[in-house]
Amino acid sequence: MGLLDKLDKFSSNRHITSIIYIFSVGFFLIIVFLPPLLGILMKWSSIFQIFHQPELLARAQSAIFASFAIALGVSALDIVAGLPLAWLIARQSTKKYVSILDTMADIPFVIPTVALGYSVLLFWSREGISAFTDHVLLSPGWMLIAVLHFAFSYPVVVRVMVGALQDYERTLEVAARTLGASPFTAIRTVSLSVLKPSLVSSFILAFARSLSETGATVMVAGTFENGTVFIKNASDAGLVSPLVYVSFVLIVTSTLIFVTIQVLGPKLRIPVTKVWPNLEKLLSISNVTRSRDLLTLVVFLFFVIIPSLFVALPGMKALSDGTLGQAVSGSGVWATYWKAIGLSYLVAFLATLLNVVTGLPLSILIARKRVRTLESTILDAAVNVPIIVPSIALGVSLRLFWGGLAIPEFWILVLSHTTVTYTYFVRSMISALQRTPPELEEVARTLGGKPLTVFRKITISLTKYSMISGIVMAFTRSVDETGATLAVSKQFKTAPVLLVDWVKGTVPVSPSAIGLGVGILVLTSFISLLAFKLASRRAH
Amino acid sequence: MPSIQMTNVTKRFKDIQALDRVSLNIQNGEYVCILGPTGSGKTTLLRLIAGLTSPDSGKLTIDERPVDTLEPEDRGVAYVPQQYALFPHLTVLENVAFSPLARGHGRSEAYETARKVLRMVKLASREGALPHELSGGMQQRVALARGIASGASLLLLDEPLGALDARLRMELRIELRRMMKNLSLTVIHVTHDQEEAMTIADTIVVLKDGTVQQIGSPFHIYQDPTSIFVANFVGGSNFLPGVVAKTERAASIVELSEGIRIRVVDRSYHRGESVIVTVRREATTLTSHANAKENGVPARVKNVSFLGSFVEYGAVLDNRETVISKIPTSLVADSRLPFEIDDRVFVIMNPEDCKLFSSPPLGLANDLETF
Repeated sequence: MGLLDKLDKFSSNRHITSIIYIFSVGFFLIIVFLPPLLGILMKWSSIFQIFHQPELLARAQSAIFASFAIALGVSALDIVAGLPLAWLIARQSTKKYVSILDTMADIPFVIPTVALGYSVLLFWSREGISAFTDHVLLSPGWMLIAVLHFAFSYPVVVRVMVGALQDYERTLEVAARTLGASPFTAIRTVSLSVLKPSLVSSFILAFARSLSETGATVMVAGTFENGTVFIKNASDAGLVSPLVYVSFVLIVTSTLIFVTIQVLGPKLRIPVTKVWPNLEKLLSISNVTRSRDLLTLVVFLFFVIIPSLFVALPGMKALSDGTLGQAVSGSGVWATYWKAIGLSYLVAFLATLLNVVTGLPLSILIARKRVRTLESTILDAAVNVPIIVPSIALGVSLRLFWGGLAIPEFWILVLSHTTVTYTYFVRSMISALQRTPPELEEVARTLGGKPLTVFRKITISLTKYSMISGIVMAFTRSVDETGATLAVSKQFKTAPVLLVDWVKGTVPVSPSAIGLGVGILVLTSFISLLAFKLASRRAH
Repeated sequence: MPSIQMTNVTKRFKDIQALDRVSLNIQNGEYVCILGPTGSGKTTLLRLIAGLTSPDSGKLTIDERPVDTLEPEDRGVAYVPQQYALFPHLTVLENVAFSPLARGHGRSEAYETARKVLRMVKLASREGALPHELSGGMQQRVALARGIASGASLLLLDEPLGALDARLRMELRIELRRMMKNLSLTVIHVTHDQEEAMTIADTIVVLKDGTVQQIGSPFHIYQDPTSIFVANFVGGSNFLPGVVAKTERAASIVELSEGIRIRVVDRSYHRGESVIVTVRREATTLTSHANAKENGVPARVKNVSFLGSFVEYGAVLDNRETVISKIPTSLVADSRLPFEIDDRVFVIMNPEDCKLFSSPPLGLANDLETF
């Protein structure tokens, strides 16, 4: 009897499957869900000290306000500017230039946010576009933070909306047209209402991303502070009370906002009863739509694509001025750099592995409602917590929690990356499982398949694509992670954390070295993505 | 070949009583149709037998062996759900070979079995196709082949012909029965189509709101329905409420409202009891001259539908009740239909064809609901 046969036989033992499910829920609660909350609660007593320091309190509060104001404004702009591009990609997909646009929209995903931050900083500075003007167009501060956040959250909205538009039954819109609605009216009153759930979820994703981002934000903030920058500064200065206070407020407020959107989102109705036929007809004529498309492309190129790729320029310079040689030989700062890159990938690998092993049973539990509906709904919502909580606040809490338990710092780092990336894999698996009809598995069972055989031959085969993309998302997010890493580790520096130090000038490094360092990070993450893509193609 | 015994099986989903003390006895090699409207518990019954859900109470045995501890893969049944659930990522051959492979047979043996079954359902030439490349009728045959290839001797078919167009459905009924009989399989076939159940089944089980209404051969159920629901759901009947006015030696006289009197060869109710007179639509005719002995009741033609082999008339009695009468076209002698809308006619309901039921406590409409 082979090992597979033995495992197969085990899999139909209900006690064993129950143990696996219980373990996965236990892991989720103890490693992912509770530590971010418990860490803060453990330091609850210190939180009140900040109220005796009015100046610090005022600084903390304006930082928190800035975080939410920027996140709200940026995600609203994302929707306004992202929807037309998504529309263009989904509806004109036969045109050649549109498929190029489609690929281009993914570029900011491939570039780690710290690299993106440096790139944006460079693009708007004297070295970039401001070389052609009298004064620097955008210097570090809240405007540059907003522009940066727009650059990395915009593709999220585009991706989600393109997917939704491709699934959307266009006949509904056609029916509205034949009933006398102009294209604009049909889209506004019918299509947008149907697409509302995707609009809401893309808004949430963009919002959470903006609220949470730390590494790149620190690079472009200058003296300005939003919540995450404040936490970083407080952490560097060794201030505990403000750290706990801001983390607590960010965690609680973002959770509340998220729950509110979840609850109110479905009730919110896009107004459909009022129609302005003449105005909306005017908005539908081809000159207007063409100008709209043109404006969309200008925004896309000028605020997203070019700033994202700008980092390539100093990287190029590094190829000729000898920096490359130093890098390859690993002399000076490069020794630490390569160590950091190695560490980044090792941590990402371990965190992703933990997520897949423990996340798969949990996804099945939730998607297949192996527990009662109420419990699976609660678990389903709880899985989102790691992405809506700002990662640096989460990191602070994790450090306070795990630090108290005398666990080696390396494992604290791995566990916090597991927490931060947990949602990506599990969410992706849950929705893939929900799209796969359970009858297929049931029929396979009655046809003689043991649970493991059914899982291998039917479930995995049908969810393979989502599984791989979940792994890719978790992995790249981990390589990219800065906020939580800054908060939890003093001794270990991953590549993005190191690059933040370089850009901030904590370690003296030449601009071309920074360019090359960032470039290598982009290149390695691009190669790992490509490897995953090839693997998934072979798996198809 | 398996026999199945169900005793007092009950299943509840929150507020819905899916099955209520269902008892059934299915013999080896029998072709059984579970017939009932949507939501009557038909699919739940199949899923219980397949082991995909478990009963709240009651006993289920297959071949006199209790199966409550058996996993679905160990029950020796093949379940073919609605819409077939063909594995979209596997070819026709791989779909059909799934079960032999899952049961540990070698690849060449499994494929050989699969090819044999595919030849039987006349799909050998499409073995390399993916499910979505096939027509609905072909997909249905692949699903059947997959069930047959599993070697199970009990097939559970959930609306197997439901997704096909009307003509194909009719052709496949006979084909399906013939194939199952040739293979000596026991089949439980769920449907809401009474005509399908009548043509295909050895035994029909009529289900409503999770309870068994009647079990019997198609002929028996048609001829002798034991409830108003069955009389209506299987075959279609007319229902006329009234009161027993008089009992005679061999018949009862029932008085409808407005003093209309009908003679019925059924003496099981006493004088003064409220009853419902039922008569099959095809057992009534229309004439232009009266004959009191035949229950000739005056009426006015309200509508006429020509259905090919039948002409269906709706005639309103003087008490505003409507009687529907189906007359074979072959009996219409002339080249034109004998009656037109608003013609005065007599509805003939032969006393031997009329049956009595006691008046339902929740009203007639409740028992006539078929959705």
